Amino acid sequence: MSERSAGSTGQDPALLRRLLRAKDRMDAASEEEWPVQRLASVSGVSPAHFARSFKEAFGVPPHRYLLTRRIERAKALLRDTDQPIIDIAFATGWSSLGTFGRVFKDITGESPTELRARERATAHELEHVPHCFISAAYRPNLKTAVSEKRRRKEANSESE
Amino acid sequence: MSTGIGVIGLYVHDQDEALDFYVSKLGFQVHADHRNGSYRWLTVKLPNQQFELGLFLPQEPVLDAKTAQTMREMVAKGAMPPLVLVVDDCRASYEKLRAKGVEFTQEPIARFGGVDANFRDPSGNAWKMVEARA
Repeated sequence: MSERSAGSTGQDPALLRRLLRAKDRMDAASEEEWPVQRLASVSGVSPAHFARSFKEAFGVPPHRYLLTRRIERAKALLRDTDQPIIDIAFATGWSSLGTFGRVFKDITGESPTELRARERATAHELEHVPHCFISAAYRPNLKTAVSEKRRRKEANSESE
Repeated sequence: MSTGIGVIGLYVHDQDEALDFYVSKLGFQVHADHRNGSYRWLTVKLPNQQFELGLFLPQEPVLDAKTAQTMREMVAKGAMPPLVLVVDDCRASYEKLRAKGVEFTQEPIARFGGVDANFRDPSGNAWKMVEARA
């Protein structure tokens, strides 16, 4: 099934504004746990309604959106700080280094160590761009589920 | 030769609500408020600046009904381009505006030699509040 692209979804703007509030809360604290129940209460709707409406409005399920924000933050910390990778994993919401490393590679195609090394080798001149635009530029574009991405990659490597 | 920007408009969900927000909370003044039937030309400005911010409703007959609905959805989803408000003291403004009920989406953070915070207007338009650099 192809996901709906930008355009009218016919959703009530008042509902969308409340869904945006839940999205904002994930943006502000992506390292926290955001079960659907918690997000739904921010938006003032039932959990089932929330999950369906969020995906319809923003094109991705809430959990996947949260993953993109966590990976985005992890990439920024790998690039801009000398923090050990395990600290970055915990700071961005993962409870184990193994899970972080696996999901990170599934999404970005490289390990945290590889990304850090590559970013270090490249000069950046982004001081004059407001922070939010920089972070948006580094946000991974997760159109498929992480597990699906991994499956496809494995299927490809088997067929080679 | 162009000499300046006169008006830039925002789409808002409700003009009365927007007016209350920009005037009572953010400290803008009403500059123009003219009605013609259901159409309302509403602009606000800061006391120390000529530039006007338009608070417009996506509505017929300016837009067709479907496009107007799409624009209302876009605004409510936070899809409109970001706006930047310059203040003397970001932390002080944050405290003041928060006490008035402004919905902040990011607390003040010091970085890149400045301090910035984010808030949204009631419609969903995103503002970044930055401290003027000395």
